[in-house]
Amino acid sequence: MKQEKYKARNRLGTGAMYHMMMLPGILFLLVFSYIPMVGVITAFQDYVPAKGMFGSEFVGLKHFIYMFKLPDIGQVISNTLVIAIAKILLGTLMAIIFSILLNEIRFKFVKKSVQTIVYLPHFLSWVVLASVVVNMFSLDGSVNQILAFFGLENINFLGSNTWFQPLIIGTDVWKEFGYSSIVYLAAITSIDPGLYEAAGMDGASWWRKVWHITLPGMLPIILLMGVMSLTNILSAGFDQIYNLYNPVVYESGDILDTYVYRIGLVGRQYSFGTAVGLFKSVIGIVLLLSANELAKKYTDRKIF
Amino acid sequence: MSYSASLKDRMGRFVIYAIVILLALICLLPLWNIVAISFSSSEAVSANAVGLLPVKFTTAAYSKIIDDAQFWRSFGISVLRVALSLVLNMILIVLMAYPLSKSKREFKGRNIYMNIMIFAMLFSGGMIPSYLLIKNLDMLNTIWSLVLPGAVPIFSVILVMNFFAAVPKALEEAAFIDGANALQVLFKVYVPVSIPALATVSLFSIVGTWNDFFSGLIYMTKVSNYPLMTYIQSLNVNIAELLQSGTNSAQLSNLTEISNKNLNAAKIVVAVIPLLLIYPLLQKYFVTGIVVGSVKE
Repeated sequence: MKQEKYKARNRLGTGAMYHMMMLPGILFLLVFSYIPMVGVITAFQDYVPAKGMFGSEFVGLKHFIYMFKLPDIGQVISNTLVIAIAKILLGTLMAIIFSILLNEIRFKFVKKSVQTIVYLPHFLSWVVLASVVVNMFSLDGSVNQILAFFGLENINFLGSNTWFQPLIIGTDVWKEFGYSSIVYLAAITSIDPGLYEAAGMDGASWWRKVWHITLPGMLPIILLMGVMSLTNILSAGFDQIYNLYNPVVYESGDILDTYVYRIGLVGRQYSFGTAVGLFKSVIGIVLLLSANELAKKYTDRKIF
Repeated sequence: MSYSASLKDRMGRFVIYAIVILLALICLLPLWNIVAISFSSSEAVSANAVGLLPVKFTTAAYSKIIDDAQFWRSFGISVLRVALSLVLNMILIVLMAYPLSKSKREFKGRNIYMNIMIFAMLFSGGMIPSYLLIKNLDMLNTIWSLVLPGAVPIFSVILVMNFFAAVPKALEEAAFIDGANALQVLFKVYVPVSIPALATVSLFSIVGTWNDFFSGLIYMTKVSNYPLMTYIQSLNVNIAELLQSGTNSAQLSNLTEISNKNLNAAKIVVAVIPLLLIYPLLQKYFVTGIVVGSVKE
């Protein structure tokens, strides 16, 4: 009895302590996440740094209207979508194939070494990898040396509007497929081995086992990851593109994020840049909420 | 089972091994090539003679880096930034994850805090309002502009929260009965049993802050304040421009570009070394961490 009373008193103090524990983190979020959210009102103003956010004149939707009238905005949105969707599709496909193949490796040393190597590029910055990519794909790089060996013409991958998007998509798949395969590998190991034994008894080939057991077993995770990646559909990868592009390929390489940076920050058109950024955020949040609903409906899992 | 079937089986297995090893090589060789370039003479680099082994082995590029004061200054800024971010991140992650791992009944107001976090994860004011905030706080050109905006890694908080939620209740009850308060329970019970999750999120923190170049690019107006990745990025841009301006390789063969390429490779190798040092230590944890973090009910 006495102990219970003591526990109850302790609980009361515990509740207050929980709030104290939350306080520092919440303060950081309020300052560095929520104040910039208030800052989006500059998208509806003609922001003048000297006058500040509360002194600048309100202009309504002027910057949004201007945005949709720009000749290159259609191109920027389409680049963003094409690059992002291709990365999601090819990246997922590649990670699934790789995880299925890797699962077949029985030789422990080979498996461990391969995993260590393929996860590595994920942990390197695009700043570093851009040098690697430029080194490989520049006019006198190894890829063009190989093309020359087969008697093919040199390609200026980094300076060609035809080749820039495939280059961006391909190198991103290269960087991430190993790391994304981690969840698929985990999914494969959770499949009941009895299913494979039974199929083996029935004389199923390797390929039929993959098609009828492994893939269906992975399906929930594939769907969940697919749905989650929807949220990235307007983020085609700022770091990668910023580090690889140049004025020659703005036409095929500019995505919303790089566009905001170039126009808004470098060009000091703060209000316009904020408007483009806000547009991106709003579409992103709508997609994320829809993705969450989809995930709930089709996979019984929620993202948040 | 007939002999031919097992031969076919073995062939299939051989093909799978070949593909997997080939994929690993495709990941490794481009990186390895940079290492080889960094140890080759600049003539060999300019003649594109460097493959996987250094040609005319020299450490000249590395000796040059030793004299590059800005490189080491930026290196130091990055180390300081990673250290400060790691300490701040880990304290805030642990402090927030613990109360949030309690049920709504045990911790009144939990859902309000959760919503504040999720909304901050979903929606952001964007690049320009964030820049204006840092500018108005007078934090441009200070280390704090690199550390404070990322103080709360929300994804990591959620990951650790899920981990904490799976810790057996009995451990906590026992500590409470022994008279411990919530803070003591957190640091004496929860933190020690959650090492895999904490190792994972510390890896995320270290990798994220070491690799980030963008905050340095927008918040630092002086090159002398650049963290390492921003500094290297500013060199990359020059090289990319040089490569673009040349339409044939003859035009590229000017000495400044060659020595840059050679030197840059060495800089990149040095910049990656800190990550390569911690990578094997934490690798065994992050696979578990990622699987826990990506699959929620």
